[in-house]
Amino acid sequence: MAGDPAAGKPGSAVAGKPESAARTGLGQGPGRLLVMVYGVFTVAAASRSIYQLIAQYHEAPLAYILSAVSAAVYAFITVSLVRGGEGARKAAFVCCAAELVGVLTVGTWTLADPSAFPDQTVWSDYGMGYLFIPIFLPVTGLMWLRKARRG
Amino acid sequence: MIDALTVALGATALLLAAWCGFAAYRDQPTKDWHFIGMALVALLAVVQLVIGVVRLVGGADPEQGVAIFVAYLIGSALAVPIAGFMSLAERTRWGSATVSAAAVVLAVLEVRLYDIWGGVGG
Repeated sequence: MAGDPAAGKPGSAVAGKPESAARTGLGQGPGRLLVMVYGVFTVAAASRSIYQLIAQYHEAPLAYILSAVSAAVYAFITVSLVRGGEGARKAAFVCCAAELVGVLTVGTWTLADPSAFPDQTVWSDYGMGYLFIPIFLPVTGLMWLRKARRG
Repeated sequence: MIDALTVALGATALLLAAWCGFAAYRDQPTKDWHFIGMALVALLAVVQLVIGVVRLVGGADPEQGVAIFVAYLIGSALAVPIAGFMSLAERTRWGSATVSAAAVVLAVLEVRLYDIWGGVGG
């Protein structure tokens, strides 16, 4: 969620390439807003799923595992946006597409078979419990990542 | 006390969101006055965190559990300061939009906090 902690890991940087040259500024301009929202959803989904997996795993294991998966996807996209660069842009693009598929699948699934979900996930009912932001977020992300390649 | 503070914080957060949203609409970055506004809201959130912890130590029992209550208190205290720093790095309308979005998040957190505390009173 914070600005730059993920950026400065020397061990993970591609050897031989100056990191700053590879940046395309994914986390600047409108991207900054996306970083914030993705950060919020990472924290929300992660803390929620960790708490529920520990405290009440047996109540709705499927829902809690799906929440954990969504947290991982959000975290990856957040880090990719902050890092920037073409590789990160492509990876984030794939993840945003996966996120959209996830929201649509889980959303439909929760409506079609509510009995499989005694408790909510972040993506239940297309993200209704989160003001439908989960379904708009991947679309916005994909649009921004498309634009960032040209700009 | 904590209920009144939660309501006040939710309302000021929405004001901050509208104010910074207006700046973003007018294509302006966050300015000194915005940062003073953010500082006020952030201060209220920190006061809420302190009062909440003091009440917990004093034996109060939030309806939906201590862990969730504390997590939301910490999240509320961090939301606006983090967005403030991001808007320092982003001197465009998008910095204002980021603060506005964070303030909306804070307002939502306050609504949830109200439920989590469960109107124990006081």
